Amino acid sequence: MRQFDYSRAASPADAIGTDARIIAGGTNLLDLMKLQVETPDRLIDVNHVGLDRIERDGDGVRIGALVRNADCAADETVRRDWPLLSHAILAGASPQLRNRASTGGNLMQRTRCYYFYDLDAPCNKREPGSGCGAIGGINRIHAILGASESCIATYPGDMAVAMSALDAVVEVEGPNGRRDIPATEFHRLPGDTPERDNTLEPGEMILSVRLPAPLGGRHIYRKVRDRRSYAFALVSVAAVVAMDGGRMSNVRLAFGGVAHKPWRVPEAEALLEGQAPAPDLFDRAAEAVLDGARGQGHNDFKIPLLRRTLSAVLAEATEGAE
Amino acid sequence: MDVTLTVNGAQQTLQLDDPRVSLLDALRQRLDLTGTKKGCDHGQCGACTVIVNGRRINSCLTLAVMHDGDEITTIEGIGTPDNLAPLQRAFIKHDGFQCGYCTPGQIVSATAMLEELRQGWPSQLTGDLGAADLTDEEIRERMSGNICRCSCYPNIVDAIRDAAGETGSQAGGQPGARLAAEGAA
Ligand SMILES: Cc1cc2nc3c(=O)[nH]c(=O)nc-3n(C[C@H](O)[C@H](O)[C@H](O)COP(=O)(O)OP(=O)(O)OC[C@H]3O[C@@H](n4cnc5c(N)ncnc54)[C@H](O)[C@@H]3O)c2cc1C
Ligand code: SF4
Ligand code: FES
Ligand code: FES
Repeated sequence: MRQFDYSRAASPADAIGTDARIIAGGTNLLDLMKLQVETPDRLIDVNHVGLDRIERDGDGVRIGALVRNADCAADETVRRDWPLLSHAILAGASPQLRNRASTGGNLMQRTRCYYFYDLDAPCNKREPGSGCGAIGGINRIHAILGASESCIATYPGDMAVAMSALDAVVEVEGPNGRRDIPATEFHRLPGDTPERDNTLEPGEMILSVRLPAPLGGRHIYRKVRDRRSYAFALVSVAAVVAMDGGRMSNVRLAFGGVAHKPWRVPEAEALLEGQAPAPDLFDRAAEAVLDGARGQGHNDFKIPLLRRTLSAVLAEATEGAE
Repeated sequence: MDVTLTVNGAQQTLQLDDPRVSLLDALRQRLDLTGTKKGCDHGQCGACTVIVNGRRINSCLTLAVMHDGDEITTIEGIGTPDNLAPLQRAFIKHDGFQCGYCTPGQIVSATAMLEELRQGWPSQLTGDLGAADLTDEEIRERMSGNICRCSCYPNIVDAIRDAAGETGSQAGGQPGARLAAEGAA
């Protein structure tokens, strides 16, 4: 690990607009610092600035950036009104990590691309202009949607997939004041600047995540991976579906493990909205989600895997409901 | 910089010349508490599990300086050879180890896990997110952050189920009481 200066922030203001790197749980940043993938000169510890509560906000809630993943998943209100979020968080990492991982840090976690972690390999995300080891290399965990010539990495997290489906809003503050970023626009596509994972600007800090009014319906987060627990998603599907007189309503779908951001396709949701559930309709929705999908070789399996996982989730969400 | 930690009930001040020291290395190398093990040093195995302010965490992925003022329980604080905690006795009775390297992490983790269960925390298996029973599947899921290279999982699950039966009946007894007290501190 490279040398750095450490200081503790007493309030968010101490961390906003500085060039110091924020450290929250440290479960991603320290992992990467040990490998010298990340080499910040200064760390500012935000674990004592507050922002650690879940509060009501109209019909919704505001989740502070320092709320631990374990607390968010176990929160009574979140469990009752946004079970999708609890399910997604509980599907990620391990209990020890979730006890430490923060809401802000989880959104900001970096890709698990093997070449990004390997200082001896080329990687445009780690070292812009050095090339991409994964294109033509080992790319089993990589993106099938929205990839570029420069980078085919995925955003690896689960929590943000649920937040995208739930139309959450990320509340941030920078030197020029506060702004809201819809969760669906927080992460970005790599294009020719894969070094940027998301749309947070330098000097900005995540203060909280706002969930709008509950959607009702059934909430399902299904994560397909190499082992049943404590592994990143190959493909994950977040779904909210309500049934109204035998027809689907309030349909929300988001996908993890397939792109540089949680993938949301409004056209697929619109295909299902107001319709009676049927297998061929589920297939058409999957086709809409997979529009433009392209495998890289080792990850070709993700295309049929996403299709089948979505069908299974929609069948489960609508089964026996009226 | 000075870092004050309360470790297993005793307050200690460490002088750290370098902020890079992980909590794990501080415990092992500065405080001679070598029960906590370093497996992967990257949050992937759970051998380094300790309880900080009532919560189990991986001590390898956190800096000692970040814990100034915190209360920490390591395996040395769970029980001693002459006064074993119920989980420690149960691991011996059920042969819940082979090489023993992961065992301190397993026992510290299970100690906190049983407290999480008492507080009604759900897991990804708790379908309706309500309070869960301590089924073998729930034990396996809730202990998934602790890898055992010797693959003693069946005996680990037996040990935890057995110890939970013993402590579960005496609410407020070991180890829940201590954790609740730390959590409140
Ligand atoms: C073995 C292992 C398995 C894992 N498995 C999964 C999994 O299956 N699913 C999953 O989703 N995740 C998984 N994770 C990742 C884990 O969820 C993240 O490490 C964690 O959420 C990061 O949160 P943190 O608070 O520890 O962030 P930190 O490590 O403290 O910070 C991460 C980044 O976020 C920035 N940051 C933190 N807070 C803020 C803020 N408020 N504003 C702006 N920037 C901020 C930091 O500067 C840093 O760049 C796994 C991690 C490990 C080690
Ligand atoms: S896929 Fe992206 S992160 Fe991985 S090697 Fe290529 S540029 Fe780097
Ligand atoms: S040593 Fe900390 S998780 Fe492996
Ligand atoms: S007993 Fe050997 S690693 Fe678990």
